[in-house]
Amino acid sequence: MILDGKCPSGPLSEKWDKRCRELKLVSPANKRRYKIIVVGAGLAGASAAATLGELGYNVEAFCCQDSPRRGHSIAAQGGINAAKNYPNDGDSIFRLFHDTVKGGDFRSREANVYRLAMLSNNIIDQCVAQGVPFARDYAGYLDNRSFGGAQVSRTFYARGQTGQQLLLGAYGALSRQIKAGSVRLHPRTEMLDLVLIDGEAKGITVRDLVTGKIESYSADAVCLCTGGYANVFNLSTNAMGSNVTATYRAYKKGAFFANPCFTQIHPTCIPVSGDHQSKLTLMSESLRNDGRVWVPKMKGDKRPAHEVPEAERDYFLERRYPGYGNLAPRDIASRAVKEVCDEGFGAGSSGRGVYLDFADALKRVGKEKIKERYGNLFEMYEKITGEDAFKQPMRIYPAPHYAMGGLWVDYDLQSNIPGLFVLGEANFSDHGANRLGASALMQGLADGYFIIPYTIADYLARTTPGKAGTDNPEFKKSREDVETFTKKLLSVKGRKTVNEFHRELGRIMWDNVGMTRSEEGLKRALKLVPELRAEFLENVKVPGSGADLNQELEKAGRVADFLEFAELMARDALLRNESCGGHFRAEYQMPDGEAKRDDENFCYVAAWEFSGIDNAPELHKEPLKFENIELAARSYK
Amino acid sequence: MNLTLFVWRQKGPAEKGRLEQFNAKDISPEMSFLEMLDTVNEGIIKDGKEPIAFDHDCREGICGMCSQVINGVPHGPQEKTTVCQLHMRNFKDGGSIYIEPWRARAFPVIKDLIVDRSALDRIIQAGGYISVHTGGVPDANAVLVSNDDADAAMDASECIGCGACVAACPNGSAMLFTASKVTHLAMLPQGQVEAARRVCVMTEAMTQEGFGNCSNHYECQAACPKGIRVQFIAKLNREFIRAQFKGARRESPQ
Ligand SMILES: Cc1cc2nc3c(=O)[nH]c(=O)nc-3n(C[C@H](O)[C@H](O)[C@H](O)COP(=O)(O)OP(=O)(O)OC[C@H]3O[C@@H](n4cnc5c(N)ncnc54)[C@H](O)[C@@H]3O)c2cc1C
Ligand code: SF4
Ligand code: FES
Repeated sequence: MILDGKCPSGPLSEKWDKRCRELKLVSPANKRRYKIIVVGAGLAGASAAATLGELGYNVEAFCCQDSPRRGHSIAAQGGINAAKNYPNDGDSIFRLFHDTVKGGDFRSREANVYRLAMLSNNIIDQCVAQGVPFARDYAGYLDNRSFGGAQVSRTFYARGQTGQQLLLGAYGALSRQIKAGSVRLHPRTEMLDLVLIDGEAKGITVRDLVTGKIESYSADAVCLCTGGYANVFNLSTNAMGSNVTATYRAYKKGAFFANPCFTQIHPTCIPVSGDHQSKLTLMSESLRNDGRVWVPKMKGDKRPAHEVPEAERDYFLERRYPGYGNLAPRDIASRAVKEVCDEGFGAGSSGRGVYLDFADALKRVGKEKIKERYGNLFEMYEKITGEDAFKQPMRIYPAPHYAMGGLWVDYDLQSNIPGLFVLGEANFSDHGANRLGASALMQGLADGYFIIPYTIADYLARTTPGKAGTDNPEFKKSREDVETFTKKLLSVKGRKTVNEFHRELGRIMWDNVGMTRSEEGLKRALKLVPELRAEFLENVKVPGSGADLNQELEKAGRVADFLEFAELMARDALLRNESCGGHFRAEYQMPDGEAKRDDENFCYVAAWEFSGIDNAPELHKEPLKFENIELAARSYK
Repeated sequence: MNLTLFVWRQKGPAEKGRLEQFNAKDISPEMSFLEMLDTVNEGIIKDGKEPIAFDHDCREGICGMCSQVINGVPHGPQEKTTVCQLHMRNFKDGGSIYIEPWRARAFPVIKDLIVDRSALDRIIQAGGYISVHTGGVPDANAVLVSNDDADAAMDASECIGCGACVAACPNGSAMLFTASKVTHLAMLPQGQVEAARRVCVMTEAMTQEGFGNCSNHYECQAACPKGIRVQFIAKLNREFIRAQFKGARRESPQ
């Protein structure tokens, strides 16, 4: 099937206005008759739930943590982009749009990205009004910095805690609606199934993580804002609880999963220290503004960094990408780092790391300024490694970080299932094959504050409220299915822990579906993953019962989904016989090792439809057209 | 490293809890405290028992989810460090470690080391925000904020809502938590309009939720992983007095 993203016609800059004019409205008096479920309370979910509540809808909000203030968005460090052009350095909505499409290696929808760039400015206004304490200059104006993949300074930031401050803003707005009674909050609750009535999304089934109770909630529409799936690699920069469960189970109910193989490996993370490692810590990419990346010119050089003379250092990003230097986009930087380490130039005892050196910047602007910019990052680095980055360079290595892929949505953020909307990292929409730094926060908030309130009304206005209650047979069946699966996990009583399976899956994925992929490796993954899944269902050990708080059971459910989803990822990567963005296929590269995109055959979104776990999923394509930017090879040289 | 752990085990809110002893063997000093617990838990599961339940998520010291009293100190021995950022190199080989949940009247235990902190959310719900609707706001640079004020607001706004301050306080007071939010918003021009009402409704919510009074022990500041300072409590008190002068209405803003 050829999919249609339903982008409005007309000039790029008028598409969103045009769509807004066409969208139906729900009258103020009618809004409270409609119930909307919002799953997830990160930036996308909190901003959506708060705004929909303000408008007068009846909102049920869900999250896994004990409070919506803890959604994984809280961990974002570096900043949020906007096309304000406050520094007067030549930025514009068109340029932000252009950079994002180019950064995404021409695998995103022009219309969506342009809208995102347009709305970016409203986001900053909104957040400032909420009291987000963005950095300011001495005259009291907002300060900006530059980020990977951009030649202008358009990133707004709040020290190294931008995600935290933006989320606290959205959490405040959400808290206000909870107090007002328009939003009911269900923390420590996990969505385990999507319920369809006559083919439309009308509710969810959840597990209360404290009491273990399986319950259903019905509504007139469902918004999934459940974040990304980088934890399929086990070790990633995501929070421990980040998962694919909500989106994957929606996929199993018929929602298309788009571009699952587009995952982002972040170049600047603290290297792994041992087998006990439970997660990887990101050092914000903003550090690349002032830090210079280098390795010794001599292979296997084990001298401490300060003993390597200047002439014997290879600043390989500056050398290979003079135009962008240390700010080359993430996929390019990550691959370059892995390559120099694979070739034996890596720094540190493990050889799996490169230096990120602040010596020059410290000389140029002084310790105080560096501390002001990145103080908390330097502290965090020291806590984890025991090393002081003011005295010796940081060591960094790439780690899985972000999922560009996600549930397929049209221009209205509606999936192929009517009534199911997907926001934030959970959808596939705006970042193509690679996301630029500081663009995820922007997208989550654009989706939640400024897009969904308009587009969901159009769907609701066409439906009668309260179509089905939770006593409907579909809901009953959903609860039974969830109960059965929970019981099954508890009854295996095998010998291996959930973590052991997750670690094994992570290794398979990192080795074969990680930064560089090949036909051979992908086929290997397609063999190993189902084997591991079969073993999981026969040999996993989940202690305790389903009738109270049971963290192993929660994890088991998530790992079970990763074990299925991993196969979809490998399949998607195997289909895409080209290299683009975060998807690098060893077979498709230029003589100089750069990615070789194939626009003739792969300029489309791959959207997969579930057809039973033992059958190959069905592929649907949404062709991508570029009318405003020339489809050109991405060069950062 | 080999360590002896004494960990609080409690099946549910209504059950009685007790300390249970575990041996943590072959622990690497590079491990984080939670990775040490992960390792111990793997062993417990293999023995066919239920692992120790504890809250955690980001493991980066920012989400505020982790919450353990280690050897009597909320978040353990290292200054300005959450449990998840604490590393085993801070402990002595062969030593004993006592691990308990946050203890406060307003934080009932759910299971083992996990407590219910929703009372903190309700303090925020009472008025810990600026009541602005989405849309219709002025340009971000229309209202200037001095660099110093923005910095002070940011200092206060770094609170991660973990509740260590409550656990550390002999009275179980949430004063530091509340003061950080009051100060954050009071430092900004956008927060002025509701400042008086905000401080009143938030302090009232604090009392209603069963948090104790502040009697200047300053244990909160010592326990806070984010360096939130007791000066903010003085700021809250000043805001409160000012609000009394103004005769602020106590209902929450809408
Ligand atoms: C360490 C780090 C640093 C980053 N830095 C930046 C940056 O500087 N700039 C930038 O633009 N982006 C950054 N990103 C990316 C960005 O933070 C995320 O992409 C974005 O915050 C995702 O927001 P979200 O609302 O879509 O999802 P999340 O914030 O992940 O929220 C997901 C929500 O869904 C809930 N949930 C999940 N599954 C379920 C379920 N089954 N049932 C119920 N609830 C569920 C969770 O509880 C949570 O509330 C960073 C990411 C990481 C990991
Ligand atoms: S004030 Fe400090 S200790 Fe208290 S909740 Fe905030 S961060 Fe935690
Ligand atoms: S786990 Fe997030 S702060 Fe410790």
